[in-house]
Amino acid sequence: MSQYLWYALVGTGLFSIGLLGLILQRHLLRRVLALNVMGTGVFLIFVALARRAGTLPDPVPHAMVLTGLVVSVSATALGLVLIGRVQRLHGRPELPEDES
Amino acid sequence: MMAPERFRPLAGVLAALLVTGVGGMLVWALRSLPPEASGLSAQVRERLPESGVRAEVTAVLLNFRGYDTLLEMAVLLAALLGAWHLGPLRLSRGEVSRGPVMESLVRFLVPAMVLVTGYVLWRGSHAAGGAFQAGALLAGAGVLLLVVRPDALALRDRQGLRVLLVAGPALFALVAGSVLFAGRALLEYPPEHSGSLILLIEAASTLSIGITLTLLFAGGRPRRGGGG
Repeated sequence: MSQYLWYALVGTGLFSIGLLGLILQRHLLRRVLALNVMGTGVFLIFVALARRAGTLPDPVPHAMVLTGLVVSVSATALGLVLIGRVQRLHGRPELPEDES
Repeated sequence: MMAPERFRPLAGVLAALLVTGVGGMLVWALRSLPPEASGLSAQVRERLPESGVRAEVTAVLLNFRGYDTLLEMAVLLAALLGAWHLGPLRLSRGEVSRGPVMESLVRFLVPAMVLVTGYVLWRGSHAAGGAFQAGALLAGAGVLLLVVRPDALALRDRQGLRVLLVAGPALFALVAGSVLFAGRALLEYPPEHSGSLILLIEAASTLSIGITLTLLFAGGRPRRGGGG
């Protein structure tokens, strides 16, 4: 198996772990962390696939990852502030359950 | 004390099945990709002399795919505006562990980080580096100051702070739009000036990114302060 594929598969693993955490965890901080793990997996896949261009990697996926990193940091920060808000309103960092 | 979570075995099994399915599809998709693909690197290298910079990633970010980067600056600003609308800034001063080592380390580190910020920004024109890396470094210095000496930073919602926050996206949008008057497409810099235009945009963006990230770390909206 070639090296780039190995790294891309590790990225897939990270993405899957993050997705599982996002679905199963109820604590909002853990969910935001799970989203970050998913994002890291996607970035790893992108950078790994850029390596297929040869000795010098394709710069376009690298630029896209750089853009994605900034967006992911902003989304995380906004998410954390929102979690603080939920904590103050409901007393705990979880989304309230539907009472049915 | 939080209520203990209900154990839901069915949900766990379903989630595991879903994740296995998605992961399996991803693995299948990745394995079916051709092992060698140059992507757009040939096009980038061919047009690199026209971009105004010698670094490929910077050329893609600020010139070839400038639209993405412009919108990305808008996303950063939008995230900060969102955070500011959710409540005022609360700095927890009680948890700061300040010692002589920390104080002198910060006194030494923060100016060094600002210096490296300038270097990384300049380096972006010909090698790995650029506005986002430099902005992240600047934010690191800001966060360090915020954690150790919140009083030294004296965060206030001043006019000047707001100008710095929008300087990057505003200058970028201004340059992107003003080339339209010269009969060019949006973001199509004149090739003879593109190098200096990119450096100008990157310098303003570095300041905006660094300050925005520091303020996002702080969380809420700082109290209004005097002008200046």
